[in-house]
Amino acid sequence: MAEQSEAKQDQPSYEPRIVAFCCNWCSYAGADLAGTTRLQYPPNVRIVRVMCSGRVDPAFVLKAFSLGADGVIVAGCHPSDCHYINGNEKTATRGDFLSEFLEETGIEPERFRVEWIAGSEGQKFAKVIRGMVSDLEKLGPIAQEGA
Amino acid sequence: MSENKFVGAVLVVGGGPAGMQAALDLADSGFKVYLLETTPSIGGTMSQLDKTFPTNDCSMCILSPKLVATGRHENITMLTHSELKKVEGQAGNFKVTLTRYSRYIDEEKCTGCGVCAEPCPIEGSSAFDRDLAPAKAIYVPFPQAVPLIYTIDRGLCIGCGICEKFCEAEAIKYDMDPDIEETIDVGAIILAPGYDVYNSSKKVMYGHGTFPNVLSNIEFERMLSASGPTEGHVIRPSDGDVPKKIAFIQCVGSRDAQTPNTYCSSYCCMAALKQAVIAQEHVPGLKTTIFFMDTRAFGKEFEEYLHRAENEYGVRMFRNNRISKVQEDPGTSDLMLSFIDGADIDEEPFDLVVLASGATPPESSKALAKSLGMNMNKFGFCETDELAPVDTSVPGIYVCGAFSGPKDIPDSVAQASGAAGKAAALLADERGTLVTKKEYPEEKDVTDKEPRIGVFVCHCGINIGSVVDVPMVMEYASRLPGVVYAEANLYTCSQDTQKKIKEMIDEHDLNRVVVASCTPRTHEPLFQNTVREAGLNKYLFEMANIRDQCSWVHRLEPKAATEKAKALVRMAVAKASMLEPLPQPKIPVTPAALVIGGGLSGMTAALEIAKAGYEVHLVEKEKELGGHMKRIHHTLAGVNPQETLAKLNKDLQDHKNITIHLGETVEEVRGYIGNFESTLKGGEEIKHGTVVVASGAVEYEPKEYLCGQHPKVIKQTDLGDMLANGKLDAKTVAIIQCVGSRNEEHPNCSRICCSMAMANALKIREEHPETSVYILFRDIRTFGFAEENYNEAARQGVTFLRYDPEAPPRVRADGDSLVVEVDEQFIEETITIRPDYVVLNAAVHPNPDNKDLAQKLKVPQNKEGFFLEAHMKLRPVDFATDGIFLCGLAHSPRLIDESISQALAAAAKVNTVLSKPFIEAEGVVSVVDEDKCIGCGRCEEICEYGAPRLEEVSPGVFKSKVNEALCKGCGSCVVECCSRAIRSKHFRSDQIITMIEAALADDDEEREAKA
Repeated sequence: MAEQSEAKQDQPSYEPRIVAFCCNWCSYAGADLAGTTRLQYPPNVRIVRVMCSGRVDPAFVLKAFSLGADGVIVAGCHPSDCHYINGNEKTATRGDFLSEFLEETGIEPERFRVEWIAGSEGQKFAKVIRGMVSDLEKLGPIAQEGA
Repeated sequence: MSENKFVGAVLVVGGGPAGMQAALDLADSGFKVYLLETTPSIGGTMSQLDKTFPTNDCSMCILSPKLVATGRHENITMLTHSELKKVEGQAGNFKVTLTRYSRYIDEEKCTGCGVCAEPCPIEGSSAFDRDLAPAKAIYVPFPQAVPLIYTIDRGLCIGCGICEKFCEAEAIKYDMDPDIEETIDVGAIILAPGYDVYNSSKKVMYGHGTFPNVLSNIEFERMLSASGPTEGHVIRPSDGDVPKKIAFIQCVGSRDAQTPNTYCSSYCCMAALKQAVIAQEHVPGLKTTIFFMDTRAFGKEFEEYLHRAENEYGVRMFRNNRISKVQEDPGTSDLMLSFIDGADIDEEPFDLVVLASGATPPESSKALAKSLGMNMNKFGFCETDELAPVDTSVPGIYVCGAFSGPKDIPDSVAQASGAAGKAAALLADERGTLVTKKEYPEEKDVTDKEPRIGVFVCHCGINIGSVVDVPMVMEYASRLPGVVYAEANLYTCSQDTQKKIKEMIDEHDLNRVVVASCTPRTHEPLFQNTVREAGLNKYLFEMANIRDQCSWVHRLEPKAATEKAKALVRMAVAKASMLEPLPQPKIPVTPAALVIGGGLSGMTAALEIAKAGYEVHLVEKEKELGGHMKRIHHTLAGVNPQETLAKLNKDLQDHKNITIHLGETVEEVRGYIGNFESTLKGGEEIKHGTVVVASGAVEYEPKEYLCGQHPKVIKQTDLGDMLANGKLDAKTVAIIQCVGSRNEEHPNCSRICCSMAMANALKIREEHPETSVYILFRDIRTFGFAEENYNEAARQGVTFLRYDPEAPPRVRADGDSLVVEVDEQFIEETITIRPDYVVLNAAVHPNPDNKDLAQKLKVPQNKEGFFLEAHMKLRPVDFATDGIFLCGLAHSPRLIDESISQALAAAAKVNTVLSKPFIEAEGVVSVVDEDKCIGCGRCEEICEYGAPRLEEVSPGVFKSKVNEALCKGCGSCVVECCSRAIRSKHFRSDQIITMIEAALADDDEEREAKA
């Protein structure tokens, strides 16, 4: 055990920082369920709760990147499951636009994700976080503005 | 007080989920409630469960807010650790004598801190943990207990006096009177004492109590619980090893003629499936096997759960198995089971065996029956009638939950609301006479005041505290900008902490509060109420989720979890400093209800609402009321319900509060809780405060088995008609089960068909003894007391043939006659029948009209097309949308008594709304800044709720305005608005951005630590 933890300390100390915007009804509940079922995932994510993924202004995503987030997730209810009927459709449209925009500004597409996570999908929430952390570890830290 | 004066108070006996629900519904609709509970805490059996099926929700997580809501309700007086002694009087006016057993603790002084229990030298065993864990002589049954007051077990206590020395509150009173008699006056009594778990040791062949590795289901449930005796670790009690193979033996003390319990306990099959799934999640590589007689997954979405267990989790299932005995290898303590596999008998060893111990009447039932003078059924449960499922034999005394027969939580909760509805109707004239109105202190004005934030960090027992360094997080919080006070609590949700929070708000003049604990989804309302009681607007509260989204998911990384918890608290504090008080407009209530659907459920709900004193509009699309009930000629008990239906119809026609709209449908529904306006197809406009959806279901029209092609292939309902008209002429009848249910397209069970098959088969055997009856089935699902009908059918010579869904029976025409071939699954032989009639037990399918209705009401349906309730366990008749309720077949397939229970429940829920002059709206809504608005109309275009509307403010100038009562607060319009004129209250852009900044802010200490 001791050897393992030392080995870990020797690795480059890059811990990706992820901001996840989760809708109250599905994806935030999914994140809670990951906890209730004691699924383990890396502690790199900070969740900002919003009532609907449709509340997530593209400006929030840009703000997160500008403040040094290595990855941003916008998570909502599955298509047709939206608690507010179709807020997530707006999220999907904005997500497509944002992805294109971010790529043009030189931010790798892996750094921004729109995910549909149901209240019953604790597994999926954990999987998304694990997947993103592993992707970001490969990519390395985001290039800082002006750097 | 005169003898005949009715009393506006109700006694509820039993504090489990059913008793709590009945108490809350009555207290919310203007009645004083006394909640009597024998044990020191409310919560019932549900508080002992780890998870609940079919959603795998954490039981305590969903129960805890209910416990607290009950405990803190101003109209509920809790009488825990007490017992009912004597009841005199009659409906409307009972005098009840009870004994309040002494806790030897001053209930007013005890804070529940637990300092007394630590030094107590006595170790007994915890009844709550089924004797698997130690308990002190001074104890609370479980950490979330309500009321959180300690109790001294005088049987264990040696009177050493140590606890008294440690108790700073001076609450311990050895010399207290052992028990006190009290009398109370109530108008009605609701019995919800629950059930006892069958003592499996009585079935000596299973070795429970002898072989250490044989556990009962409730013991295993405690073992699975993170707060249980093994902290959620699945182990073999004999050696502490982690089991690799677990066997579940079903029907222990149920469906068992060797015991008095020949009924089915209804919940054990699902409980075993759940335990197998959860155990496999706890122990990687664990193999579970369940030995069923039949798989009884008959409830809403239960069959899908069974499929997942079998196919996704690989739970091995053997049907047609009643395990005869368990043998132990004395060397290894392994357990050997022999079982039936097809036509063979196999033998296999297991590491652990879990017995599905059934439900028995509660120990108190005999004494209760005697003191109340009411009838019990032959098993010792409370006797009820299928057509009056919440009535006991004594007027004014109602029953709910497992005391009237084994049932699961949602059915208990629905029945509880139903009982509450009945009691409310009986005492309608006394509503509001004995209650105190919830008064909140005037809100402190915090505008222009610097934030003074208080942070409360929760240990949640060991849930947070064993991973996250709570004292460190608390200390960190205390240094954040704006924070003037921080403390850590063992359980921030406990009642004593609520008191503490209020005290600290006063003492430190706090104007914002942050709680770092579990999820706002379950606990925010509780804390919001607390800050409100201390004079703060409820929106001056923020939560940091450091349990579900931190300590539970980063258990092996305590350091990183602590850093994350600090970040989450930092984010919450940042937002808190920007919170503003939000007004909650008071919305007046139209005291009327719209009931959609005039079948049994709709009719029952309508009458009960009318009896409670409110106007009702009952809308039925057919030309007459009655729905499916019109075609039911005999119930399970053999009663013809037509007389009851006719009386119900007449009562409805005669009632002054009811308007019946026949041949009508709802064209449009506008508005919101308290203020709906609906238009019927005929053009009539109705104003109402609530909606009850009772739109029923349809009988499947089978396409299989030559149905519609051969005149002698008929449906179960046709058979019922023939029997009622005396027109059955047959030597042989073959009934095929599961037609149109439990298949790919309709995966779930239709619940009622097995019982209906028994009712019809028995009727045939009774009236046509010369007729042979075959029932071709997959699993017989006569749950509860309907099992008696199954047993009787077998006694009456009905032949049961089990078929495999992979090889269903083959029906072919042989000229005018029919030939049925069935591959019997367990004798592994093909049997040929030449019946005169093939009767198809066609499924209950969702009403195709549901989709349209769902859109009009903006309420959800499940995958199958039934309406989806707000919560599958604890809110079975509520929609997520306030003011709209559901009952009967619109919810899911159910039996007559179950539909009536739900209909009464929906009526009770309607009462909780209509009994109030106004409702408080939520404050989280969008608001338009008129100066910025350019009147483009984009917001109006995208809002599904019609909340923003363009108004012409001056000639040619349009501005958007949001109707606060219609706005659901999603905030989509804020993002769509091109002129940034819309603000989403409580989720303002600046508030969200400050959280992003806090999330990404480098913590100084982090940097120092790294350097």
